[in-house]
Amino acid sequence: MNKTAISISNIGKEYKIGEKVEYGNLREDLTNFFSNGIKRFVSKNNSINEEEKINGQDYFWSLKDISFDIGRGEIIGIIGRNGAGKSTLLKIIAGITEPTEGRINIYGRIGSLLEVGTGFHQELTGRENIYLNGAILGMRRSEIDGKFDEIVAFSEVEKFIDTPVKFYSTGMRVRLGFSVAAHLEPEILLIDEVLAVGDAAFQKKCLGKLDNVATSEGRTVLFVSHDMTAILALCSRSVLLDNGKISSIGETNTVIEDYSRSTEDLESIPLYLRKDRSGDGSVLATSIQVENKNSSKLIQPSSQLKITVGYRSEIPVQYLSVELTIRDFKNRAAIFNLNSDKSSGLPQSLPPEGKIICTTNSINLTPGRCIVDIRLRKGMHRVDSIGDAGYFDVESENIDGLGSIPTRNNAFYILKNTWSLDKECVT
Amino acid sequence: MQRTETPTKDSKLNTKNPAKTNVADYRTPTSVRESSNTVSLNLKELWTFHELLYFLVWRDIKVRYKQTALGVAWAILQPFMTMVVFTIFFGKLAKIPTDGVPGPIFYFSALLPWQLFANALTNSSNSLVTNSTLITKVYFPRLIIPLSSTLAGFVDFCIAFLVLIGMMLYYGIVPTPAVILLPLFILFAIVTSLAASLWLSALNVKYRDVRFTLPFLTQIWLFITPIVYPSSLVPEKWRFLYGLNPMAGVVEGFRWAILGKSSGVGPLMIVSVLIVISMLIGGFIYFRRTEKTFADIV
Repeated sequence: MNKTAISISNIGKEYKIGEKVEYGNLREDLTNFFSNGIKRFVSKNNSINEEEKINGQDYFWSLKDISFDIGRGEIIGIIGRNGAGKSTLLKIIAGITEPTEGRINIYGRIGSLLEVGTGFHQELTGRENIYLNGAILGMRRSEIDGKFDEIVAFSEVEKFIDTPVKFYSTGMRVRLGFSVAAHLEPEILLIDEVLAVGDAAFQKKCLGKLDNVATSEGRTVLFVSHDMTAILALCSRSVLLDNGKISSIGETNTVIEDYSRSTEDLESIPLYLRKDRSGDGSVLATSIQVENKNSSKLIQPSSQLKITVGYRSEIPVQYLSVELTIRDFKNRAAIFNLNSDKSSGLPQSLPPEGKIICTTNSINLTPGRCIVDIRLRKGMHRVDSIGDAGYFDVESENIDGLGSIPTRNNAFYILKNTWSLDKECVT
Repeated sequence: MQRTETPTKDSKLNTKNPAKTNVADYRTPTSVRESSNTVSLNLKELWTFHELLYFLVWRDIKVRYKQTALGVAWAILQPFMTMVVFTIFFGKLAKIPTDGVPGPIFYFSALLPWQLFANALTNSSNSLVTNSTLITKVYFPRLIIPLSSTLAGFVDFCIAFLVLIGMMLYYGIVPTPAVILLPLFILFAIVTSLAASLWLSALNVKYRDVRFTLPFLTQIWLFITPIVYPSSLVPEKWRFLYGLNPMAGVVEGFRWAILGKSSGVGPLMIVSVLIVISMLIGGFIYFRRTEKTFADIV
């Protein structure tokens, strides 16, 4: 018997890039309308024709030649760097956006969870939002009625269920949103990065619930995440996407290994050749170097960082600001955010080409790998953004007063501490 | 995009016992994703999402008058105050004829379908943009969004309608037998609003110009619709052309059904109905054509 749940063949998705991406230009479209007739106007959005390409519009394949099958009851992990096409793939499978080419056959009722609490309304109460959110996710009213108590119990917000959601804390909102989603019962479930929110204990509870529904109820799950631990725990098989193509597929262990290798390879590609960037490109980040303050490669918890970012532009640059986000390599959580806007070191006007240096205090990070994202802005306008632009390893170090320092698996930071016995209680 | 949803009647059974699922399932996929240029009505799919439509209408109604001091009284105040202003300026001062009907009733009976239409335009033209989080995160027939915005205005209409009944009692106006056709004209008003909403909401996703055009469009439209004057003021030979404004047909028909007094319903009405039907079909095709790109550009 055929046990395929989703069959993906030759999927490709092309996007327009450049200034005109977001909004149409009415005047231009009207001119097209009169010169090319109604047919062209109406079908313009979905078939990009050759003539326009020559006219200098930029196109970009967000996904290309994606083909693979997912079996019934399988939990598949989808991993890859930011902008690799993971979310686009889920959106195509969900039916939110249309592929430019290729075809996907889906066998079974599909439910997508691309965001926690989609469609929550601030003014409505928790109870009302459960119904609204459930309906949006494709649950029937009778279904929600039946599971209502279970949902409320899972979310741990019983007390506030008749309070408008606008008075909820972020954590409560996330819990309520996830609880609704966790009780969704489609045959195929698409999940995008939603576990990245909420506190650790609740995340664990959700993972348990997910694992439970998938294994005991034979549901097919597609799971996009940056959290390798969760992927490893849940998925037997995984797909690694790189620049819109499948670069590895198979057993999760192997795929994750391939992924870490490809991330290491990144450094060998010069930054200015990287394609996985966004922004208008008027200023480009061309290089990044992370060193100890004394310009040595060795970085330890007590080290002060010196990060050098090279940039290039056609003309002198006004009001450039650089934002560096330092993340943990393994679970991608942001540890530091360094923004030149917040300190007054950079001059207002910069030469067309140069290097910007950022120095820090002691990082106090536990040993392990960190990655750095770069974002360049001119005023409020984003000009260039690259994820995983650089990385550095924090090496172990002997710190006075600390016997052995915690590892990255236990904590991000090192905090010096002393312990003593309360002498007054000694009898 | 071609989507053929076959709703699983008992999803619980299917998820719990995947092995028992029909083997025939495999021959025809539940749904298909591919690029396609065909426009299909797909009413069956729309029906599977009728509960979502219900919840969105319910949300819009529930939220509309939250945090307002007067609450739902706004549904009555808006047309009522407009009616008072019209009675003073157009009736008493400008002395524009009202077909022998008391001014307040004359204006109010026209303002009801007009407000339904104008509110539908304002709310639904921006509806796809305000609901962009839904559009980019979940699949459902996009048609549901402007549809729900249009229908949510109908509740206001019903509340204001009670005021009209009260006014008719006060003035001692007895409706003519034509009143049994009233539901038909209410439907006509809704369909007209929907037809315009389809166009404007889809256009507004791509061209935000719509938002700026709207206030002045509705203002002009108000005056080319027989609200402050009877359509009998329009010369006979132009009345056919006048019907090109479908709201002329809606308002005239509405007045006729309630008050039994109106001239020129005949040819004007036929033109209006034809215009609305073609606007609806055109709007539907345009909407379906562009809806696949909503998630990418909204």
